[in-house]
Amino acid sequence: MIEFLTDLASFPFLRNALLAGVLASVACGVMGSYVVARRITYIAGAISHSVLGGMGAARYCQVVLGWSWFTSLLGALAAALASALVIGLVSLRSKGREDTVIGAVWAIGMAAGIMFIFRTPGYNEDLMSYLFGNILMVTGRDLWLMAGLDLLIVGLAALFYNKFLAVCFDGEFALLRGVNVEGYYLLLLGLTALTVVLVLSVVGIVMVIALLTLPAATAGYFSRRLLGMMGLSVLFSVLFTTGGLALSYGPNLPTGATIILLAGGVYLCAAFFSQRVKARRRAGG
Amino acid sequence: MSGSTKAGRAVIELDGVTFSYNGAPVLEDITLSVGEHDFLSIVGPNGGGKTTILKLVLGLVKPAKGRVSVFGLPPEKARRRIGYMPQATALDKLFPVSVMDVVLMGRLGAGARFGFYTRADAQAAREALEKVGLAAERKRPFAELSGGEHQRVLIARALVSGPDLLLLDEPTANVDIAAETEFYRFLRDLSETMTIVLVTHDLGFVSQHVKTVACVNRRLLCHPTCDITGSMISEIYGSHVHMVQHDHGPGKGGPHD
Repeated sequence: MIEFLTDLASFPFLRNALLAGVLASVACGVMGSYVVARRITYIAGAISHSVLGGMGAARYCQVVLGWSWFTSLLGALAAALASALVIGLVSLRSKGREDTVIGAVWAIGMAAGIMFIFRTPGYNEDLMSYLFGNILMVTGRDLWLMAGLDLLIVGLAALFYNKFLAVCFDGEFALLRGVNVEGYYLLLLGLTALTVVLVLSVVGIVMVIALLTLPAATAGYFSRRLLGMMGLSVLFSVLFTTGGLALSYGPNLPTGATIILLAGGVYLCAAFFSQRVKARRRAGG
Repeated sequence: MSGSTKAGRAVIELDGVTFSYNGAPVLEDITLSVGEHDFLSIVGPNGGGKTTILKLVLGLVKPAKGRVSVFGLPPEKARRRIGYMPQATALDKLFPVSVMDVVLMGRLGAGARFGFYTRADAQAAREALEKVGLAAERKRPFAELSGGEHQRVLIARALVSGPDLLLLDEPTANVDIAAETEFYRFLRDLSETMTIVLVTHDLGFVSQHVKTVACVNRRLLCHPTCDITGSMISEIYGSHVHMVQHDHGPGKGGPHD
C-alpha cells in the first residue's frame, strides 16, 4: 500500500491507471444501476463478450490488411453497438427465445474474435489483455477518450432519466403516455454498450459484467431509489477500482481480478448483513 | 334504475370486435358501447378476455375483425385522455422506485420535456396520492408497500394525468371487504367527473356494489343493463361455481343507492 502511494507520485502510468478507474466508475455506476434494476445483466454480458469479435477483427485488419486507422477500440465500439442493436430488436420485436439469442451473440462474438486472433500473425499477447484487461497500460489519449464517453453517457442518462425510468419500470404504461419505448430501450442498450467498452480497459471482457453489476447491486442494499443507487454505485465503483489497484500493486497481483474480488467480497458482506437486519426486524416486529 | 346509463355520447364503442391470440379465439363478436360518466364493470372468469377488452380500448392490440373507437377516435389517438391501471402483479416489486416516482410516471407525455419533472408535476402527483389516501407514504419505496397499497399507487398514477376515461384492471384483488366498500365509494365519486371501466373476476365486489355489468367469457354474455342471474353466473363461470350469499341483502344495487 505504502509502495503504491510513493510510486503514485513518481510514475505517470500509475496515475493514469487511477484516473482510468475513476472515469470508468462514473459510467459504470450510472448504467450499472439501470442494468441491475431492469435485470439485463445477461444482455450486458453478451455485449461485452461479443466485443472480442470486434477487437480481433480490428487487430487482423491492422496487421494483415494494413488498415492502421482501425484500432481495437473502434472494433470494440462497433461490435458492442451492433450486439446491443441485435439483442434489443430481438427482445422488442420477436416473441422468440430472447435468452437463446443472447447466448448466441455471446458465443459467436467470442468465436469470431478467437478466429481472427488465431489468423493474425505475431504474438497473441493481446488476447490476454483483451480478456482480463490491463489498467496499467492506459495512455493519456485513452483517458481523454474515456472522459468523452463518460460525458456522453452521463449527459444522455440525465437528460432522459424520467423516460428511462418509466421504460424500465413499466414499458407498456410508458408507451400509453406517448413515450417512444422502443427508441429509449435501444438507446439504453446502446449506452450500456458504450459503458462496456469504457470499462474494458480496466477489468477486461470477462469481468466487465461484474464491475457493471456488483457496485450497483451493493448500492441497492442502501438506496431504494434509482437516482440514489446511481450515486452510491459510482462511489462504490471508485472504491473498488482504486482499492483494487492499490492492493494489487505491491504484491504484483493482476489488477482486474483484484478489483472484482474486492467488489464481490463487499457485495457478499452487504447481502449477508442485509439478511441479518431483515431477520432481526422480523423477529422484533 | 338500470337502462338509463347511456345519457352522454359514447366514450367507447366496440363494434363486432373479434380478437384471437396465436390462432385461439379470445374474443368473438363483441359489441359494446360505454357512454359519458358511465361506470361499467366487466366481469368474467380468468382467461375470459376481460383484460383484452381493455387492451383493445388502449390500442395495445388490434382487433382481427370489427372496429374500436374511443372518444370517436382510433384508440392510439385517444390515449392521452385515458388513465390506465394495469394489474399490479405484472410489475417488478423490487424495482428501485419510490411511491412518488411511480405516480410521476403518469405525467410523462404532458409535454415534450427533457430532464426532471417540474414542480407542477410534483404537485399533481401529491394531489393524486391524497385522493387514494397515500399522501403520507409518498417517499416510501414502492417495494415496501402491501399489495393493496400497490394498487392504490397505480390508481394514483392513472389519475395524475387528469383523464376523462379511467380503465382499471382487477383493482380489488388483495383488498379486504371493508376496504372494498370504501373503494367503491371512491370510484363512484370519481365517476361524477369521468367515465370508468373496471375489469374484475371478483363477483362478490360486483354483486354488492356495481349496477352496470358486462359479462364476458369470449363472448359478451350480457349487456351492461341487464341483471345478473344465477343461471347467467353458472354460464360464465361453469356450473360448479355458486354464488356466495352476502349479508348485505339480496338484489342488485347494494347499500349505496
